[in-house]
Amino acid sequence: MDTHASMTNPPDSAEAQAHAPHEVEHAHPTWSTYWKVALILTLITVGEVWAYYIPSFVAGRGFIPTLLFLSALKFAIVVMFYMHLKYDHRIFRVLFTGPLLVAALTLIGLMFLFGHLYFKVM
Amino acid sequence: MTAAPHAPATHHYTTLGLDSRKVAIWAFIGSECMLFVSLISTYLIYKGRSVVGPFPHESWTDPSTGHVLKPILNIPVTSASTFVLLMSSLFMVLALAAVQNKNLPKHTRGERILGNSKLWLWMTAIAGSTFLGFQAFEFTSFVHEGLSIRTNLFGSSFFTLTGFHGAHVTAGVLWLVTLLAIDYRRGLGPRDALLVDIAALYWHFVDVVWIAIFTLVYLIK
Repeated sequence: MDTHASMTNPPDSAEAQAHAPHEVEHAHPTWSTYWKVALILTLITVGEVWAYYIPSFVAGRGFIPTLLFLSALKFAIVVMFYMHLKYDHRIFRVLFTGPLLVAALTLIGLMFLFGHLYFKVM
Repeated sequence: MTAAPHAPATHHYTTLGLDSRKVAIWAFIGSECMLFVSLISTYLIYKGRSVVGPFPHESWTDPSTGHVLKPILNIPVTSASTFVLLMSSLFMVLALAAVQNKNLPKHTRGERILGNSKLWLWMTAIAGSTFLGFQAFEFTSFVHEGLSIRTNLFGSSFFTLTGFHGAHVTAGVLWLVTLLAIDYRRGLGPRDALLVDIAALYWHFVDVVWIAIFTLVYLIK
């Protein structure tokens, strides 16, 4: 069974109808897609925890980048498929990724100023 | 004196034709990104700078008793709570899909289960409450092991970060309960899809924040 309901309710007033959605929104994922996404998220989480218990991997250089990559992947999957950002209007993408980008740059800046990245650079 | 008649409930649309409530929730989520990144930044800046234990990933010796104590973070328990929260996001999208497709005919038992919005809203609320139970267990065990918000830099930043997240999960569970109440009172249908969608967006945001916290706080040593 497909989920394809519109994300905006039909406008009621004449003024609202004048501002009716201009873009045709894409269909949302199907039930099976949601289950597959849940399975992928679970497998990634299992992989993360598994990696945590491998001392040689934890001691290596690849541990932190791998975990950050897997975490970012899970983040992106949830945002794109469960939050429907992949299918919704681009203004929502701007509203989310704009502050997220500013926040990420702030975090990196703070880490260089006060955090552990400072010591590595110096 | 007669009461003024109620204005008809009309929804406001932006010039782009988008419902302003949905624009508002995305703007709110954007602002929440800034909040949580500030809390995560604080945690990361103070990471490894605690003078006294308990520590998250290292053993330490309690000077008062001389006992060597294990790292305080309990990864298996937190992994389980992470799995529960991830599943709650699945239940939430199924609840939204059930509301959106309420009027579609359901022939098989599987379609009836998938189309039961009350079931999935309940499952989401129960999963959220279970996550909160895990967090209460974790906080309690930490306090018993000597870590409070006042013990060291790790305790202060950890309890602040995870406490704020837990407060957001609590708000999400209450939101779900209100949706359940509406569903029981008059039934949620396709015309209410946006109400559920907005709650779902908030819920998934709480989930993605935990994805970041789980990696940055619990897994990265």
